Amino acid sequence: MNRRDLIAAAGACAALPSMVGAARGQPVPIGEPVRASVSFRVNGAGHHLELDTRTTLLDALREHLKLTGTKKGCDHGQCGACTVLVDGQRINSCLTLAVMNQGSEVTTIEGLGSVDNLHPMQAAFVKHDGFQCGYCTPGQICSAVAVLDEIKAGIPSHVSADLEGAMAVSEAELRERMSGNICRCGAYSNIVEAMTDVAGRQG
Amino acid sequence: MRAFTYEKAASPAEAATAAARNAEAKFVAGGTNLLDLMKLQIETPTHLIDVNGLGLDTIEATPEGGLRIGAMVRNTALAADARVRRDYAVLSRALLAGASGQLRNRATTAGNLLQRTRCPYFYDTAQPCNKRQPGSGCSALGGFSRQLGVVGTSDSCIATHPSDMAVAMRVLDATVETVKPDASTRSIPLAGLHRLPGSTPHLETALEPGELITAVTLPKPAGGRHIYRKVRDRASYAFALISVAAVIQRDGRGKVALGGVAPKPWRVEAAEAELPRGAKAAAKAMFAGARPTDENAFKLPLVERTLAAVLAEARG
Ligand SMILES: Cc1cc2nc3c(=O)[nH]c(=O)nc-3n(C[C@H](O)[C@H](O)[C@H](O)COP(=O)(O)OP(=O)(O)OC[C@H]3O[C@@H](n4cnc5c(N)ncnc54)[C@H](O)[C@@H]3O)c2cc1C
Ligand code: SF4
Ligand code: FES
Ligand code: FES
Repeated sequence: MNRRDLIAAAGACAALPSMVGAARGQPVPIGEPVRASVSFRVNGAGHHLELDTRTTLLDALREHLKLTGTKKGCDHGQCGACTVLVDGQRINSCLTLAVMNQGSEVTTIEGLGSVDNLHPMQAAFVKHDGFQCGYCTPGQICSAVAVLDEIKAGIPSHVSADLEGAMAVSEAELRERMSGNICRCGAYSNIVEAMTDVAGRQG
Repeated sequence: MRAFTYEKAASPAEAATAAARNAEAKFVAGGTNLLDLMKLQIETPTHLIDVNGLGLDTIEATPEGGLRIGAMVRNTALAADARVRRDYAVLSRALLAGASGQLRNRATTAGNLLQRTRCPYFYDTAQPCNKRQPGSGCSALGGFSRQLGVVGTSDSCIATHPSDMAVAMRVLDATVETVKPDASTRSIPLAGLHRLPGSTPHLETALEPGELITAVTLPKPAGGRHIYRKVRDRASYAFALISVAAVIQRDGRGKVALGGVAPKPWRVEAAEAELPRGAKAAAKAMFAGARPTDENAFKLPLVERTLAAVLAEARG
């Protein structure tokens, strides 16, 4: 019998108010923190960390490695601010545990380019005004870089008319593929322009 | 989040055995649903068994001419597989209509099937919910129920199963393969994987404690036009209000399953005989016994019209 069953059983034989009480709040004993070690590479450098198992990759990057370029918007996979590349693929770093990424190669916005040597996508975001406050921007740029790779790799999208044909870099494709990155400032159309610019130069 | 111990399983059988040892253990695959729910303390495992190292990540041809999809194949990889795009296009389309590029890169075949409902009260731990807290009541009945189920529901729970992929797999007659803690294996038709809520909405699947999904198999291609049409509140990155997965043959016969309307992918084989007669008759048969709320009764005509559009597209 687990905790839920216990509470349910208690609720079933108790008066209504306590039953409602059990359903609310649900204080759970949090338990003793458990630590585990994990090694992965971030932006080319190896790291070995001893972490609480609950630590997400996002928190490991921000709080432990002090790579604060990657942002926490929602912490629930709903906004894309935490997008990083893991082994070349874009993912939400808030919905993966650090310990699940043993041996991975992580690339964050800091690893894409530097102030003196911007990644073409970073430069294009600046040129096309692809942001206002900038909070969503690291996630947008990581996502944008991966989107162009996904199109090149022939991965279809919801708006691809032909599942089997070559994938185009159209505005509709870019908008659909970028839908996992929310921008509260509404910089969307300039982001599409920045991506189109980079895709054009990549040929 | 509640503290938990963590292990990486070395083989499917070991993963199942480890899960059976601890009633509070959970498998973690992509983590995109489980970790979300753990942060909210809706799921509170004290032990996580990471199944990412198990392999189970290939798509292979079966001797019967179908496909065997490993449980750990990511949603992106499955949607982009050349054989799936050619022979099971409804599956590619359903996958691509779900979640976002980032989520699909991590979400797995098994995890997608076993993702939990998006009922807003299930997510709100301050509200009674029979699924989350058996016996506490259902806040959705008499609450905001616009997104919730209209058929297959019960007086205890009207939640829907939120997966797009599962609806396509249902129309494709998929089968789920599993391994149990005693190392025995079995096959479960997808139709039998998810349970209807009845008076026990917290029991969601036919899986036994510790039972691990290892693969999903598809029978050999059935031909026909493959269509997945999802209707939602915004054009992308939103769960379905309703969806229609269909495989329609030239002569108008075919198969149809619905998403967003029931606690499981909703398919009524007997209703498919009505398809050549049009959407109205087929939808009526699929919704026999439906019990919509005032807020979600719109789903019935919405399905009928969407099905009509799908049938027209299949003819055109
Ligand atoms: C913002 C957002 C939007 C989304 N939109 C959509 C959408 O529009 N359509 C849609 O269909 N989905 C959508 N999703 C849900 C997404 O598809 C699921 O989260 C994902 O498919 C779950 O897969 P996973 O591998 O990450 O599962 P996990 O989170 O790792 O696991 C889910 C469950 O499955 C169990 N499990 C995992 N693998 C196995 C196995 N091999 N055997 C037995 N049990 C196993 C776990 O224990 C857990 O209970 C969305 C998610 C988010 C966060
Ligand atoms: S519909 Fe189901 S999941 Fe939603 S509140 Fe009611 S019991 Fe909970
Ligand atoms: S912080 Fe990860 S998606 Fe919002
Ligand atoms: S630039 Fe402000 S949220 Fe996107």
